[in-house]
Amino acid sequence: MAGMAQRITTADVAHVARLARLAVTDEELERFTGQLAAVLDHAADIEALDLGGVPPTAHPLPLANVLREDVARPGLPREEALAAAPAVEDDRFRVPRILGEAP
Amino acid sequence: MSGWETVIGLEVHTELRTETKLFCSCANRFGDEPNTNVCPVCLGLPGSLPVLNARAVDYAVRIGVALHCQVQPSIFHRKNYFYPDMPKDYQISQYDLPIDTDGWLELPGGKRVGIERAHLEEDTGKTTHVGGGGRIHDADHSLVDYNRAGVPLVEIVSRPDLRSADEARAYVDELRAILVATGASDGKMEEGSLRVDANVSVRPVGSTAFGTRCEVKNMNSLRSLGRAIDYEVARQVRLVEGGGEVVQETRHWNEAEGHTSSMRSKEEAFDYRYFPEPDLVPVVPDPAWVDGIRAALPAMPAELRRGVAHAAGMAPESDAVVTVVRLGLEPFVTATVAAGADAGLAVRRLANEVASEIGSLANLGPEQFVTLLRMESAGDLTTAQARTVLKDMLTGGGDPAGIAAAHGFEALGGDALEAALDEVVADNADAWARYVAGEDKLQGLFIGRLRGATAGKADLAAAAAILRARRAAGC
Repeated sequence: MAGMAQRITTADVAHVARLARLAVTDEELERFTGQLAAVLDHAADIEALDLGGVPPTAHPLPLANVLREDVARPGLPREEALAAAPAVEDDRFRVPRILGEAP
Repeated sequence: MSGWETVIGLEVHTELRTETKLFCSCANRFGDEPNTNVCPVCLGLPGSLPVLNARAVDYAVRIGVALHCQVQPSIFHRKNYFYPDMPKDYQISQYDLPIDTDGWLELPGGKRVGIERAHLEEDTGKTTHVGGGGRIHDADHSLVDYNRAGVPLVEIVSRPDLRSADEARAYVDELRAILVATGASDGKMEEGSLRVDANVSVRPVGSTAFGTRCEVKNMNSLRSLGRAIDYEVARQVRLVEGGGEVVQETRHWNEAEGHTSSMRSKEEAFDYRYFPEPDLVPVVPDPAWVDGIRAALPAMPAELRRGVAHAAGMAPESDAVVTVVRLGLEPFVTATVAAGADAGLAVRRLANEVASEIGSLANLGPEQFVTLLRMESAGDLTTAQARTVLKDMLTGGGDPAGIAAAHGFEALGGDALEAALDEVVADNADAWARYVAGEDKLQGLFIGRLRGATAGKADLAAAAAILRARRAAGC
């Protein structure tokens, strides 16, 4: 990956947009590239600091090991779970033809 | 395939035997009616939040300890992709900080296979493709059942230390036994609770650089794992020897047609845009807790094999010892040792007669088993009779003395055996003279005649010893 100090290009933004299945116009591409570059420039300030002895922050909350007992509870009734689906068949969620394989 | 070395690394996914899913309290149960174990969390409904299952963490630590891994502080990431088997459009997994790292597993033959990592993640839903013969690309549409979405998995990634399909099978077999021993998994490959993907490459013998690898998926048994690897190795060697190059890709094993084929994934599909899951905090296992889990784990298969092998005076990698431990029969060996009976005989009977009737094991108690061994060792039963009695004990239960009596079994030994031998020798005087003169192979003739003359009751091992003694004495 390119260093943060290196400016992000419209090609990078187009790639990320494609991965997120976002359709962006050329005009939007220019605008978002500028906005994202400003965000990354801000992060680049941190690169100027010596952080050799600082452990990475995994989470902003000072918490660990938030766990739940392994006890089953009823979820949603099936009718309710399927009620919001655009299409249902054989008690399953019906989805359009899948164009790729599962990763 | 001469001149080429096979290099294999395996990724094994195992479902955990928890009551509930990884991040919600829906039941983790195979075979229920579709979409009956679902809730806002595993359906990815807005506003729902995941909470980690404590028992899943416990199992992941057990697996790590059993595989000699470092159990370390870990975090969760989102693996983003667009596929309807996960309604959130991402799978929660562990990425650069897995809970278990850097361990090893010992194959029955003694070879150590490196474990790169083992991490927690959630399983996906089950898709069924409708129309087009059930094939994904030709289907009209697909149906999704989310009962499995969110079921806890541990993915165990080996180092590329395996060198043949046989070794790969042995690794999965051993790993499965370890997973079952920890209690974390039921190890059922045919139900999909244990799934194996293989990274396969070839390189010229003597080379230390790795060749380009392909990831082979969709093997649902140890047999198909072996077949898929053999096919893939042959394909790659043929390709390279023909002047071509192996392309790094994912390939699908077709069991019915016996070949692998490219899954034609687009290159960018592999860019999962991993980022830390903001809705979950780190898991930091307390070292004392990990030590407690280590202390509470039962003996693993390698240790059990060493124990059985030592008791029986056999090698730990011998087929009989491996079979006894794989089938969980070592308590019978322990009982044999405790009773002071012949543990070597016990292992042979367990690995053969008992193993072949393993479905009826409930009929066999350790005490009766040891009693039978004693009867055989003492010469009260011949080997053939002991085998028959053992089979009856397995199929119908009962005590060995009673079964032996019902068959009219008693080993012909002592004076009766000597008398029976006298008759056989007298009836075959010419053969006896040649035997005495040095034709060793004629011993088989006398043993065979003796078995016929005594309807199988003769203690044949004792008879052979008598024959040799008589010949040595020259009479």
